Amino acid sequence: MTARALPRDTGALRRTTGLFIVLALLCLPWADIAVHTLAPGRELGRLAQGLLWPQWPTVRTLGEAIASTLAFAFQGVALGAAAGFGLALLYRLRAVRWFAASLRAVHELFWALLFIQLFGLSALAGVLAIAVPYAGIFAKVYGELFEETDPAPRRALPTQTSRLSSLVFTTLPQAWPHMAAYTRYRLECGIRSSAVLGFIGLPTLGYHLESLLRQGFYAEAAPFFYALLLLIATQHRWCRGWLIPALLLAAVWWLPPVAPVNGTLIWQFLTHDIVPAPLRSGTDALPWLMDLWHGQLWPGLINTLVLAMLSLVVMGLLGVILFPAVSKLFGNRWTRGAGHGVLVVLRSLPEYLLAFIALILLGPSMLPAIIALGLHNGAIIGHLIGQYSNTLILREDAARGMNRYFFEVLPRQFRLFLAFSLYRFETVIRETAILGMLGIPTIGFFIDSAFAEFRFDRAVLLLAASAVLNIGVDALARHTRRRLYLRRTVQVC
Amino acid sequence: MTGFRLQQAALAVDGRPILHDLDLTIRPGERVALLGESGAGKTTLLRALRDQHPDRVAWCPQQPGLVPVLSVFHNLYMGRLDRYATAYNLLNLIRPTAARRHDLAKLADRLGLGERLWTPVERLSGGQQSRVNLGRALYQERPVFIGDEPVSSVDERQGADLLGLVCEQHETVVLALHNVDQALTHCNRIIGLRDGRVAFDRPADQLTPAEIKPLYPADAS
Repeated sequence: MTARALPRDTGALRRTTGLFIVLALLCLPWADIAVHTLAPGRELGRLAQGLLWPQWPTVRTLGEAIASTLAFAFQGVALGAAAGFGLALLYRLRAVRWFAASLRAVHELFWALLFIQLFGLSALAGVLAIAVPYAGIFAKVYGELFEETDPAPRRALPTQTSRLSSLVFTTLPQAWPHMAAYTRYRLECGIRSSAVLGFIGLPTLGYHLESLLRQGFYAEAAPFFYALLLLIATQHRWCRGWLIPALLLAAVWWLPPVAPVNGTLIWQFLTHDIVPAPLRSGTDALPWLMDLWHGQLWPGLINTLVLAMLSLVVMGLLGVILFPAVSKLFGNRWTRGAGHGVLVVLRSLPEYLLAFIALILLGPSMLPAIIALGLHNGAIIGHLIGQYSNTLILREDAARGMNRYFFEVLPRQFRLFLAFSLYRFETVIRETAILGMLGIPTIGFFIDSAFAEFRFDRAVLLLAASAVLNIGVDALARHTRRRLYLRRTVQVC
Repeated sequence: MTGFRLQQAALAVDGRPILHDLDLTIRPGERVALLGESGAGKTTLLRALRDQHPDRVAWCPQQPGLVPVLSVFHNLYMGRLDRYATAYNLLNLIRPTAARRHDLAKLADRLGLGERLWTPVERLSGGQQSRVNLGRALYQERPVFIGDEPVSSVDERQGADLLGLVCEQHETVVLALHNVDQALTHCNRIIGLRDGRVAFDRPADQLTPAEIKPLYPADAS
């Protein structure tokens, strides 16, 4: 199949995989993976019971939650796409690339915490929380799509052609199908993000899920859970064509992105509140900084890395174990149907929600976070590898079962698997940070506490640190991919 | 003893008829060569023969279907995946056992790949890959060998050597070949395919160049 490809070092693939596993094992002693609840089994039983016998809320409550979830998602993604498009036009500039990278390095939940300080718990805050990081992502994806277009039509234009005409006649038509497909896909991510914003108080499905699950009202939470699952799992079926602009207009009507803007307050936030305390009072900044470093930054960053490494390896293992469940090379129609069902559920549910549920079952430790990140991302990897494995053509006398898996399929898919896993690394780190808001002591835990204590100077510094960590991990993953000749580009949130 | 029989058979690929009116019996001990232009249906016929006794046939298809990232050792070893327990296969995937290393080093030497036993096959040339493919079939050690152009990208002298090895190791041999001289040297029965039918089916020592020539009308000019 790839017989004519460049000679590549397969030893390096093995060494990289080994390195990740060894790093994860080294992380184990630092990881708190205990179960802290007394009867996790019984709680799981109650959860299952609640899911099987849901208690329906009024149509109005459920309908409003769904409408708000969609409204935040559509407006946020649309605004993000428009801003990202603008940035993508200037993506050749290093400054723009850095700007976009820093926008997307901060998770939408963190952006939401910031915007809530500025605009209160308003529609505008929610829309911006999605739009800002998505603008950074769109800028990158659109920018790369522009770069990948064939330059020949552009060069063939008359020399006096304006930049805009050139864009509209040559670059855009070439990139358009990919841009449209990606934007539509991003809407699915937007619905997930929107739901998660409910956990910090915006009126989406997540809001009801958070309050009901926390109190153990599983049967009452179930309908919201199913609504979210259905919305995301079927998104690619109903969200197409003219319905997209229609829904966007409806979203603006349902939830106008406005907020009571208090200029003085915003001005004070930007010029006073987020300025480090010692600078404000004119005292020595070093003790303040050292205190923050020892007490929060260092443990936060270390815990984030430890948790991310462990989750990455669990994700990889699950991905490798799960992909045969949806591959045509294994099983039969029924097993594949069941496999697809399980993977769709795990893929559709946001990590944050999964972690929240796992936390209720297992108590506060790194374990729920590892399970949530591993399951969600492992399902995505499994799905992707499974799809790609369907393009393999095996010889007539190829082995079956385990022999087929280990000799024929896994070695052929391993490079792809590693590429996808490295792509997920940045997402895993971003999500790891955010899971701190559930009480796991990653950097997000300290950010959330700083916001809760109105210590915005600390919050902003910690946020910047987590952004630097994300950018660093992204660069590391990209470097590793390049070194291993893993060039396949995939965009998944 | 494994023989093959086709009676009034018509063979089709994806609903497209390829061969008609096939009446063919291959007895154990025969060495059969199929001749004919590309597209004459040699591959289709070989597949149909293999399907009659898939467990007794060492199969050497034209598309090798090797696993690019695995070494020569592992690709050869795969010929016996069905013979050993899965646990033993996995052990050999991770840490090859002494016994298999011994077997396969010998086979690789014979294939002219002794130096490359631990090289991933994606780094081999096309000719070397087709020798791995042939080696995998040899390693199966089955009574019948069915090969589709098994030595087409191997140089002539080595090709002759390997075909000799194939004939020596198997009771029955069926080969699709494009090299007429190789067919006449190594096989005792030649079947010519043309226009979806058997054009002739004769012992090799009774065949004249005049009978072979019409199989390849494209070369006539």
